[in-house]
Amino acid sequence: MREITYLEAVREAMSQEMRVNNDVFILGEDIGVYGGAFGVTSGMIEEFGPERVRDTPISEAGIAGTAVGSALTGMRPILDLQFSDFITIAMDQIVNQAAKIRYMYGGKGMVPMVVRTPSGSGTGAAAQHSQSLEAWVTHIPGLKVVQPSTAYDAKGLLKAAIDDDNPVIFYEHKLLYKTSSHVPEDTYSIPLGKADVKREGSDVTIVATAIMVHRALEAAMELAKEGIDVEVIDPRTLVPLDEEAIITSVSKTGRVVVVHEAVKRGGYGAEIASMIAESEAFDYLVAPIKRLGAAPSPVPYHPELEKAHVPQVPNIIQAVKEMLKRA
Amino acid sequence: MDRLIVPDKITDNKLINLYKQMWVIRFFEEKVDEYFAKGMIHGTTHLAIGQEASAAGVCALLDVEDKITSTHRGHGHCIAKGATADKMMAELFGRTTGYCKGKGGSMHIADVDMGNLGANGIVAGGIPLAVGSALTAHMKKLNYVTVCFFGDGATNEGSFHEAVNLASIWKLPVIFVCENNQYGMSSPVKEMVNVDNLATRAQAYGIPGVVADGNDMIEMMNVTDEAIKRARRGEGPTFIEAKTYRWKGHSKSDTKKYRTLEEEKEWMRKDPIKRFKNDLMKAGFLTKEKAEKLQEEAKKVIEDAVKFADESPMPTLDDLLTDVYA
Repeated sequence: MREITYLEAVREAMSQEMRVNNDVFILGEDIGVYGGAFGVTSGMIEEFGPERVRDTPISEAGIAGTAVGSALTGMRPILDLQFSDFITIAMDQIVNQAAKIRYMYGGKGMVPMVVRTPSGSGTGAAAQHSQSLEAWVTHIPGLKVVQPSTAYDAKGLLKAAIDDDNPVIFYEHKLLYKTSSHVPEDTYSIPLGKADVKREGSDVTIVATAIMVHRALEAAMELAKEGIDVEVIDPRTLVPLDEEAIITSVSKTGRVVVVHEAVKRGGYGAEIASMIAESEAFDYLVAPIKRLGAAPSPVPYHPELEKAHVPQVPNIIQAVKEMLKRA
Repeated sequence: MDRLIVPDKITDNKLINLYKQMWVIRFFEEKVDEYFAKGMIHGTTHLAIGQEASAAGVCALLDVEDKITSTHRGHGHCIAKGATADKMMAELFGRTTGYCKGKGGSMHIADVDMGNLGANGIVAGGIPLAVGSALTAHMKKLNYVTVCFFGDGATNEGSFHEAVNLASIWKLPVIFVCENNQYGMSSPVKEMVNVDNLATRAQAYGIPGVVADGNDMIEMMNVTDEAIKRARRGEGPTFIEAKTYRWKGHSKSDTKKYRTLEEEKEWMRKDPIKRFKNDLMKAGFLTKEKAEKLQEEAKKVIEDAVKFADESPMPTLDDLLTDVYA
């Protein structure tokens, strides 16, 4: 099977939908001739034209609300939010409008929209262009939240997100854009709410999201050399969360490390850890649940500080080893 | 006898119906006010008594397929866009027969099928939604227009400026109707904005800004007609500033310390319903008797609405988690 990059997979998912469904369109800043800040929409305006690959002014609140209003009246917009940090400016429309409209209106009307947005650090863009704020939106009933870690997952999850009749926040990790995997040329859908076991193992479960899936897999390879057998679970979607997959894995291994790039305090790892602690998997735990996340500071500029801010492979290895030492 | 100059779309019969509709709106809100005071409706509510001409006058020009977005002070907009008083009252009573099955309340009444995209609890929150609705019309080549109601306070929100700019650059079929009722909660507009007319803000976005007497039905209908024609011709949005006044406080807890009784009385003399009645009578469309009859009919509509709401079922706890997702 051919390999394409995560970035190409995202573009392909959008293009394939736009070829068959005229209601699907993209709006966002610099997505036309420029091709988007990271090149995701490169070439799309040539195929679909400026009406459907719609360049907007720098107006995150305005364009988010425009997407919501168009979704409510029959379109299926994809809002390209240039950096996920900018969701702060679009928050009223996403949280107070998109997420609540169906419920507030007693089940009438729906808001089928996708907010695609690049998140994460590692690019030297510092504090206002590197955050991982996904926990904010997971807190809001009415929204779905997706975080693909591979090109294959990105394509299938994005199709599912576009097909979904609810607002979906779709986080793309900047450092993953250039990573490749086998991706079918035909369209396919990965259901939202279905975790993926990225590596099977029996000693420790690592629940990891986005870029941390890859660091967890790297850590697992290192640990395997020492005879430690790690299972890596990628939830892929935070809302809805495949609780069963996590509970099953933790019940099997009895140990779990939850790792994400977002700041540990109040991060989604706290939700996953709590969910495990409240579940029947608790009875199987032989060590306390361990969380790894970013340090409680803004993302720093200096490359070494930036690296130290978020979990790296050695941190994951260390966490697993410490956990195994306990029991 | 004076001749009434109104848009072609407004038939003689429509004029009479509009007069009754204004009373339906007025009586609906008076009833809501009464029931809140008695504790028979809970939560909060924002009344637009005194502002009926902008709701009724603007929506008089709309067809079923046209859309509106409304505000926290939106009962009048909803009724004028075709909502029935019984389902609205049922919503305020928190009943399953209400527009939102008792889950939205006063600030979230919507009727998407009838083109009412919803009241909104966030000041200026509905403005980008209206632009999105207009974008759908543009992209799907549909002929409907979207009217976006908001208050004077909303023009200081970023969403207002972003959305108006978007509608202007894309020449979208949307009509921005700013009901300037002189106060954003307690803040006088003249202390919060350094221009005499909010309509001048339209100039910054390259669209027409029209100042209208918001208590004059005839003027409201005529300026709206112009704006809708412009929108349907594909020439883009218009900003209409309707100068008006809310007779009641911001919400039920308001003691109105920020304004004087004299000012209130002065505006009550400019009652938009009385004024429309006089216009209709002078033009020979209405007699005193007919006017009284219509007023009585309107009162009956609200009495029936209360009865409908009161007899409607309450939601059950099973409804708590329904409709969070589609």
